[in-house]
Amino acid sequence: MTPKIFFIYFAISMTFMSVMVITRRNPVHSVLWMIGLFFHIAAVYLFLNAEFLAAVQIILYAGAIMVLFLFVIMMLNLKEEVVAPRFIGEWPIGVALGIAIITMIIYSVFTIQPGPVGEHTIEAIQKTTHAKAIGSLLYTKYIFPFEIASLVLLVAVVGAIVLAKKR
Amino acid sequence: MVPLSWYICLSAVIFGIGGIGFLVRRNVLIMLMSVELMLNSVNISLIAFSHYLQDLKGQVLVFFVITVAAAEAAIGLAILVALARNKSVLHTDEITEMKG
Repeated sequence: MTPKIFFIYFAISMTFMSVMVITRRNPVHSVLWMIGLFFHIAAVYLFLNAEFLAAVQIILYAGAIMVLFLFVIMMLNLKEEVVAPRFIGEWPIGVALGIAIITMIIYSVFTIQPGPVGEHTIEAIQKTTHAKAIGSLLYTKYIFPFEIASLVLLVAVVGAIVLAKKR
Repeated sequence: MVPLSWYICLSAVIFGIGGIGFLVRRNVLIMLMSVELMLNSVNISLIAFSHYLQDLKGQVLVFFVITVAAAEAAIGLAILVALARNKSVLHTDEITEMKG
């Protein structure tokens, strides 16, 4: 019973925070709501026995990406943002599309048939800590996608420098 | 034990809110943040499936999603800075270079 109560709290506050992110007028407020949302998402990861990913979520998303957003907001002039209209003129169409997607997914969720269960049970992960279990999978079976991910990051670094430099 | 479908419903709701934010906001910065929101909701559902099917492959996929999200944020914000410097616009309905 207690996990369900906690989950309901997290679900309600995460929905509220994501609505806050997309409706705030000032982008700094949006970023701050988003950081709160990322902490809640990390807590949900802890529920699901993914401790290492919860740490990565806080360090990388709340610590790095959101600070990057804050730096860019600092560089831009957002004085007119406070008085300009927030939404495009066709906003009811967008809201209707989004609600249609949500209802379609929720309608189809309850017919999911789970597939066969894998070999990483909770006891097996607890025996060889979570970071070690995920690392041994990442560095053996998925070493080639891992290298491609490093290439993606290299392209992002070079591209960001080329795009943002003064000409 | 919380059922799997609850996590998927939460993930769907956050995904939909992110999609609405991407469609209705004028500010390019908030649109990028909505994309981050959608990627995070996908991460929640991946980890929930990985936990309930007792397989770590989903969590390995979450790593790659986080990597791509970081690259996307860096490139998107660089494009935003270049746009603000050269055209001094930040709103999607003011960018009409290709309208003809």
